[in-house]
Amino acid sequence: MDLSYYPGCTLKTKSKNLEDSAIASMTALGINLVELPRWNCCGTVYSLADDDLVHHLAPLRNLIRVKEEGNGRVLTLCSFCYNTLKRANLLIKNDQEKRNTINSFMEEEADYEGEVEVVHLLQILRDEIGWEGVSEKVVVPLQGLKVAPYYGCTLLRPQEVAIDQVERPTIMQQLLQSLGAEVVDFPFATECCGSFQIVGNPEFVLDCAWNILSSALRWGAEALVVSCPLCDFNLGQRQREISNRYSEFREMPILYFTQLLALSLGLGAEVCRFDLNYVDPRPLLESKGLIR
Amino acid sequence: MRIEISAKRLQSDFVKKVEEISGQTLPSCYQCGKCSAGCPMSFAMDLLPNQIIHLVRLGLEEDIAKSKTIWLCASCLTCSVRCPRGVDLSRIMEALRLITLRKNIDYVEPSRIAAEIIAELPQIALVSSFRKLTA
Ligand code: SF4
Ligand code: SF4
Ligand code: SF4
Ligand code: SF4
Repeated sequence: MDLSYYPGCTLKTKSKNLEDSAIASMTALGINLVELPRWNCCGTVYSLADDDLVHHLAPLRNLIRVKEEGNGRVLTLCSFCYNTLKRANLLIKNDQEKRNTINSFMEEEADYEGEVEVVHLLQILRDEIGWEGVSEKVVVPLQGLKVAPYYGCTLLRPQEVAIDQVERPTIMQQLLQSLGAEVVDFPFATECCGSFQIVGNPEFVLDCAWNILSSALRWGAEALVVSCPLCDFNLGQRQREISNRYSEFREMPILYFTQLLALSLGLGAEVCRFDLNYVDPRPLLESKGLIR
Repeated sequence: MRIEISAKRLQSDFVKKVEEISGQTLPSCYQCGKCSAGCPMSFAMDLLPNQIIHLVRLGLEEDIAKSKTIWLCASCLTCSVRCPRGVDLSRIMEALRLITLRKNIDYVEPSRIAAEIIAELPQIALVSSFRKLTA
């Protein structure tokens, strides 16, 4: 099966590890991700102002490209892209007045009414392949690996775009269990990492990261599993600094769920691009006999 | 803190503007504080999120302008999904930021970020920060 795929900009630069491992895993599971021939940055954040329509154009143009390709849905990997595309689509679908304004402003485009469905990879794994379908294909079970799923914000909030229960999601836990891993539940799984505040207020984001990571460590996690490139950066990139500030801290790899998926499907370490992870996960994975 | 409440402030353009941009009904809030209890950035804020909404509806624009709170909000939407009164506080925060940003005043100044830091940050961080915190 072919599925139209919107990568977004971070996956083409800093987060090739997310993209490469996702594409390879999906191919192994029988789904071909076909990148849109034309796309633009979605703008990352969804506009929260009633009188600001212009910032919805970037996500909507991408959805119009999907429709032009003759496809009814589009897949995203980045949590932020998912959120922004999904919300812009809901807006144009449900708000007739804004839909008319936006369509008449984009007069060079064909009218768009929200026909394209926006999905995240985790939903395809759960709803179409199914956890059993995933576990049947596992050749390297992640036995003995203690991982804590971390959801962050944009896959779960607001309610109308949540891919799972807002306060108690289990979707990543179920995936990781299907891969044979030991899943650690911890209270900060849906707490925001500080997001874009990393640019203007990095010291506060360091505190957010410390809260999240130290909780996961206390509950016994050896690695954190994420889906968002910004979570990955905020939680991974400055762990050295956290260690300097808090002597009891131990560095902990942050992995994309797709990297663990690819590994357990037997696709090999190369496709996972572990060299791009901020804290090298290879010593941990070697110690569990999962890579050589 | 001594607060002066006057009809002029309560019905000021500022209050109307916040309601208009955010699409939220300010009197709905009953000051339970649930938004502040769950806010991941509250540890760094000088005014708590529930205090911000209260000051807005009293029309106390200057007190909000003196505070850093609206600039520390990460738009994580935790407050929005938890409010028992259905108030979307993240939109009120956005409206307050926009009132300043639309005067062409930036909170983050891209030209002052060191080149090494820019090279290190993923696109997603830069784009979202500039979208949220620059004019
Ligand atoms: S959300 Fe990120 S990765 Fe997605 S298109 Fe926009 S900046 Fe790029
Ligand atoms: S980067 Fe932070 S804001 Fe984004 S989803 Fe991750 S936790 Fe939320
Ligand atoms: S949670 Fe809602 S009702 Fe309670 S203080 Fe916050 S905004 Fe007001
Ligand atoms: S959206 Fe802003 S105010 Fe609300 S909980 Fe998140 S950081 Fe706090």
